[in-house]
Amino acid sequence: MKEQQHEAHVKGEQKQDRPVMRFGMAIDLDKCTGCGSCMVACMSENNVSFREDESNKQDSITWIRVYELTNGKSYPDTEVCYLPRPCQHCEGHDGHSPCVSVCPATATDYSRETGIVSQIYTRCFGCRYCMAACPYHARYFNWWDPIWPEGMEKYLSPNVSPRMRGVVEKCSFCFHRYQSAKDKAYLNGEKRVAEEAYQTACTQACPAGAIVFGDLNNPEHKVHKIVQPDPHNGNKSKNPRAFRLLERLGTNTKVYYMSDREWVRRAGDNYLAHEETGKISKPHH
Amino acid sequence: MKVDRRSFLSFVIGGAAGTALSPLPWKLMDDSSIWSQMWPWTPVPPDGEVIYEDTTCSLCPGGCGISVRKVDNRAIKIEGKKGHPINDGGICLLGLSGLQLLYGPTRIKSPMKRMGERGEGKWQKISWKEAATILSEKLGEIRNKGEAHTVAAISGAGGGTVPALLQRLLTAYGSPNFMRMPSQSSAEEPVLKGVFDEEGRLGYDLENADYILSFGSGILDGWGSPVRMFRANSQWKDNKVPVIQIETRLSNSAAQSSRWVAINPGTEADLALGIAAVMISKKMVRSGNISGFRGWKRELLAGYPAEKVSETTGVPVDVIVELAKGFGSAKRPLALYGRGKGVTAGSLREISAITALNALSGNINEEGGLWAVSQADYIRWPKVDTDKIASAGLSQPRYDGAGEDSSGLAQSLIHRIAGNINGEEPYQLQALLVAGANPCHDLPDSQGVNAALSKIPFIVSFSSFNDETAAMADLLMPDHVYLEKYEDVPVCAGLVKQVVGLSKPVVSPQFNTHHLGETLITTAKMMGDTIAGAFPWEDYETCLKETLGNKWDSLMETGVWEDSDVNTVAKKVKPAPLDTKIVTAEGDVNSFPLLLVPYDTIRISSSYIGSTPFMVKTVADTIIKGKDGFVEINPQTAEANGLKEGTIATLTTPRGGARVRIHLVHGIQPGVIAMVRGLGHTAYDGYLADKGVNINDLIGPVEDPSSGLDAAWGIRAKLDKA
Repeated sequence: MKEQQHEAHVKGEQKQDRPVMRFGMAIDLDKCTGCGSCMVACMSENNVSFREDESNKQDSITWIRVYELTNGKSYPDTEVCYLPRPCQHCEGHDGHSPCVSVCPATATDYSRETGIVSQIYTRCFGCRYCMAACPYHARYFNWWDPIWPEGMEKYLSPNVSPRMRGVVEKCSFCFHRYQSAKDKAYLNGEKRVAEEAYQTACTQACPAGAIVFGDLNNPEHKVHKIVQPDPHNGNKSKNPRAFRLLERLGTNTKVYYMSDREWVRRAGDNYLAHEETGKISKPHH
Repeated sequence: MKVDRRSFLSFVIGGAAGTALSPLPWKLMDDSSIWSQMWPWTPVPPDGEVIYEDTTCSLCPGGCGISVRKVDNRAIKIEGKKGHPINDGGICLLGLSGLQLLYGPTRIKSPMKRMGERGEGKWQKISWKEAATILSEKLGEIRNKGEAHTVAAISGAGGGTVPALLQRLLTAYGSPNFMRMPSQSSAEEPVLKGVFDEEGRLGYDLENADYILSFGSGILDGWGSPVRMFRANSQWKDNKVPVIQIETRLSNSAAQSSRWVAINPGTEADLALGIAAVMISKKMVRSGNISGFRGWKRELLAGYPAEKVSETTGVPVDVIVELAKGFGSAKRPLALYGRGKGVTAGSLREISAITALNALSGNINEEGGLWAVSQADYIRWPKVDTDKIASAGLSQPRYDGAGEDSSGLAQSLIHRIAGNINGEEPYQLQALLVAGANPCHDLPDSQGVNAALSKIPFIVSFSSFNDETAAMADLLMPDHVYLEKYEDVPVCAGLVKQVVGLSKPVVSPQFNTHHLGETLITTAKMMGDTIAGAFPWEDYETCLKETLGNKWDSLMETGVWEDSDVNTVAKKVKPAPLDTKIVTAEGDVNSFPLLLVPYDTIRISSSYIGSTPFMVKTVADTIIKGKDGFVEINPQTAEANGLKEGTIATLTTPRGGARVRIHLVHGIQPGVIAMVRGLGHTAYDGYLADKGVNINDLIGPVEDPSSGLDAAWGIRAKLDKA
């Protein structure tokens, strides 16, 4: 009896020590300059391959891609805004993100520990269902073997395995950084990974400081303070500047965007003419 | 044995069912997916001990601190250095992809001499000793003929000991012809000399300003120290500082500013003067730091009423008044000068107008204002002892005529080199040394430059990369890249304080290259006499240590030395007379109805360092598609010319023509077309070569008669459907 109580106590403590995390991002589109540093930071961190002609953007592998939005007005009232798009790490309803639900090989999974949608290259056999399912075009297929020009393979990082022809790849929120931060925390006797100990390569590199990354569940983290996710309303942000992409699909993404400009916020979803920006019908489950 | 139909079918069906029930098909399927993925050519990066080494990035004049992650001896990732005074952890995409330059196939791997015809690409590897002998003998031969002045050197935009050693070699040798590629520093020279009447450089106290008026400066497109600019911009957003971007085209800087003021191209000076006139008439002037103010004021008020300025610039009168009120009433306003990356000088008229605007607001050498400060002067070597031949050579006129014009504003007028060589005046160049520069691609009128260089009998390139100029050379003596060497990196780039970074070797040299400083010292020593005497150091590292003196220790420890206690050189502004000549675009309006303007983007490198494969990968398919480059055009202009999105057209200017594709954008003035700088390479590798058009093929220098500097901001053009 005593032992059982003790066990229950230990379990409870573990739960307290390791509460569920939901890593996510807040990207300030009014600060984003469209410089593309996040894209290159990501490519060089994650051994992303490149080819001589990358101008066919449909098969150009960019885990985070900066899109250009425009208000469509003519000169001189034109406005442009840049939107960096990593994998949105959809939680969907209870971890049913669009890609995870369709993968026949369990090559992609939703982590209940971190909220990160993983991609295991050696399990993937290239059916590309996940690419069809992803509403954000965040997944890329390796149509060719990755080839590094002679000598350049020297800079490849051992922390991320280079992919091969025939598999799908995507942004992992630099999961290998989380792993090494977790190892380090464990060695130092810390129970949790500190906010600054785990940051993605794009967040770290952004010269404008437009990306904030952290645990959306942790009220101490900057990202939580900015986003103020509302768990009773599908994690919708309480920040009036914030929005998510295609929110009404119910993908429940963990990447939030911010802008003061209404036309930018409106570009985040397919609104009907009579619908007010930011006010969308609730997703059905 | 007889096989009947029945037993045959039983055998086949039974066999198939048996196989299906066995693990064989599943095993085979599993194996085939493993076989088709585990190809031996998919690299498996070896693991090892991870360490970080700090150094300074010198790929652009920005001078950011970087941290290089290494696994054993391999550098695997470059990151921004936290706590660095310039970038504090931030980094741009060129800096991030430096390892593609270090390990890339565009490196020149050993000294080589040309075998075939020029530009044919046939080279023979030689030893460093042989290369140094060829160079010193050739130079000795020219010098003995008493023609030392016919040797010229072109150096890149950077400063510090290495370009200084090259200049020193030339001086001791007897040639006045040390030239620099255009840079923001060289574009600032005329401001200091022409407007402040002093030597020095400009500093912008951006972080403390509370109203920014940018006359086309690419705040987010590579102007100044790019990462510092990005950080300042975010700070302005947080503090709600108004940033007004005055530009013909909706650049990234304009897109993220608080207000884009669209202006007729080339009329920035008029708008600045118009704003100044409104400020004066509304009594919003705070300083009399303008010499001859009363006379200038009278002329200004008479010549630049808002209505007239509005007509010239296309900016409505109420906007001019609003800008004047905003600028005049802000506590710490600051006007920025230099289009795009700020590399092209601009006209004296424009420089003077924008500086006068700063002076009127009383911000010169004040918090949040424009600072005129002295250059960092830590290089204090003894004067070169010149012998008779050297003195004779040095007394010859400079090849580009810099310093001899009545204005004498510039130390280097490199844009004249093509015209002078092709016109065979003032004398014929016998040899050219090129270090850290790619004039064949980066100078305006690149076809003229190429033709000119082909007339120089002996060209030596010290480039680390297979660039267009190295392809034209006779002798290649490749330098290390920045991650392989010690070097001082003085940072100007619009900083108020003096900052010197130190570049340290992070990896050992990957190829058979030599430090350029070392090559220059060796060459001088081989030439003997007073030339050797001017280089008393045993090697480059000794030279660097001695030069940096007491800064060396702190540089080794922290990687950066900074001094906020700067010497200001001047406070009073002397504006150019208001009748100073206007620099217009080359070409005739009737045969060339459109106006082509170059633009800069941070994603494409437009100087000596070529764009990396990662950078090119980020470039939109509306800038490069396959091999084609695009021109931006307003849909209205396109329609009038029968052009549609993606149409192939021929773009012609008075300087040349090119095949281009059309990209329709609303954010450009009708009648104006724009093309990005930095594409159209013919050298390097397949990741960069043959993509888009080099705008320098289409545009030539336009000299400002008041300063002698190249002030071209556009050229007349026409588009024909192909």
